[in-house]
Amino acid sequence: MVALAWKNLFHDRVRLVVTLVGIVFALVLILVQFGLFLGFMETSSNIVGYSRADIWIAAPKIPHVNAASVLDESKRFVALSVPGVATVDRYALAFNPWKLPSGAQELVQVVGYNLSTGLGGPWNITQGSVDELRAEDTVMIDELYADKLGVKKLGDTAEIANKRVKVVGFTRGIRSFTTAPYAFTSFKNAQNYTHIEEDQTFYFLVKAAPGVAVAELKKALQERMRGVDIYTTEEMRRKTQNYWVFETGAGITTLIGSVLGLIVGIVVVAQTIYSATVDHIREFGTLKAMGASNKDIYAVILTQAAISAAMGYAIAVVIAKFVAQGSESGSAPILLPDSVAAGTFLLALAMCASASILSIRKATQIDPAMVFRG
Amino acid sequence: MIEIRNLTKTYGEGSAAVHALSGVDLDVTPGEVLMLMGPSGSGKTTLLSIMGCILRATSGSVRIGGQETAGLKESELSRVRLENFGFIFQGFNLFPALTVQENVEVMLHLKSVRGSAARQRSQALLEQVGLADKRKRYPSELSGGQKQRVAIARALAGEPPIILADEPTAALDSHSGTAVMELVVNLARQRNRAVVVVTHDPRVLHYADRIVRMQDGRIVEGPEEVAA
Repeated sequence: MVALAWKNLFHDRVRLVVTLVGIVFALVLILVQFGLFLGFMETSSNIVGYSRADIWIAAPKIPHVNAASVLDESKRFVALSVPGVATVDRYALAFNPWKLPSGAQELVQVVGYNLSTGLGGPWNITQGSVDELRAEDTVMIDELYADKLGVKKLGDTAEIANKRVKVVGFTRGIRSFTTAPYAFTSFKNAQNYTHIEEDQTFYFLVKAAPGVAVAELKKALQERMRGVDIYTTEEMRRKTQNYWVFETGAGITTLIGSVLGLIVGIVVVAQTIYSATVDHIREFGTLKAMGASNKDIYAVILTQAAISAAMGYAIAVVIAKFVAQGSESGSAPILLPDSVAAGTFLLALAMCASASILSIRKATQIDPAMVFRG
Repeated sequence: MIEIRNLTKTYGEGSAAVHALSGVDLDVTPGEVLMLMGPSGSGKTTLLSIMGCILRATSGSVRIGGQETAGLKESELSRVRLENFGFIFQGFNLFPALTVQENVEVMLHLKSVRGSAARQRSQALLEQVGLADKRKRYPSELSGGQKQRVAIARALAGEPPIILADEPTAALDSHSGTAVMELVVNLARQRNRAVVVVTHDPRVLHYADRIVRMQDGRIVEGPEEVAA
């Protein structure tokens, strides 16, 4: 029966192409929509996720990481006194105007971090080095935003908050979820641009001593510190993602887009598999008349569905990978980790199998006398 | 072999009810060729469908090889069909995606005959129906007569005791129709199979051992013996 399923599919090439186009379209839609959603989640909180810090200490009630308030540096010493704390870095994250050489103005988020520990600093550095940020008024930006910020090469200059800055490095793929790109610099420089006092900061980034459980350390810090909110990095990441995903229209739109992609995908696959079965309905009737059991007919339909799903998936993943690759140079990344690709294969099988249930119903409810009609 | 008693088949209910068969009694014995004749709508194909266990009667008894089939479940009816019947259809009903040989092998696969045994058996049958050289062709590459010969080989492949044929010559020209009928009857007689043929074709009546005429869902004349 497996041979019949295979041959049914490959005998009519046009029909096969139509079936595969339907499945590929549905799966690409699902993969791209879900990849966009993942990219959205990743971009919204990348600065936290890549920070390498264990704990974030923030002013009370901030809604997300990009909306910080100032903290007094004295709290740093309280944190340092808690057993299990290895380091406590001051960390700046604030919106500032960036003036292009042309005189035009953009907004950037200045990220000021401790160059010695590197917590909260840039990653994927393609040109320049972190050491060069030790010089006064130097910044590192992402190459995605070089044009936007009027920067052509290393050494180009611009102004942040009316201070001349030199670009000493480029990163790749550090997107900003807001329209303001990140500009990495030393904490010292950031203080100058963001106009906070010498003894102020926006966050404290804490690194736990080796072997210390982060959750336990967080609890110990909460017991000792007043007037601050304390989050593990994972909590801060989730808080920021939840804000952008659920409290802004953009996030909900992307989420609805991926759910719609899934629904449209299932409908397209169901319709495609169903119509492929209906095309062969007379043959299923003949099989039944010849003495094939319903189980034999299920086997043919499910095998056809599984072959279609596997072929459609293979093509769809290649297309989606190309689309994702193309998105790398854009501001809306599409992420397709292997786990999503593997999950989509299972989804494709499930979609095709469930679509087959309709077909199976149709095939097993055939009026057997149809085989006697010429 | 087949014993039918007081068989009725009604489609629909109440005032919309259509009585396709009413009080039909019929026996088919091993090795005989029986032809069912009658005008369109007389119930021939319905009777053949019920005989072949692919349609359920409204009431009455159908015994196949001594087994009552009236109350059987769908899965049991499939088994009865598989073990007892070979079907030949007016429209051939071959699988277009399969070659001639594979079409014959489908029947063997249903009976769990696979591999070289299935290949040898299907080749032998195709030789008997004169299509050994066409075994790798697809149905679309064959004439109507050739397609019906493939269908005959397929019907015989499972070694069923009964062949049911629904107007097997209707889609064929005079020469092909006669050749196909001759082939069915000869192969069936060689193997002592019973053959029940629904037909309108007067050219093939001389192949019958008996002719049963139907009208309005009833057998209107007693089974008619045909002189050999």
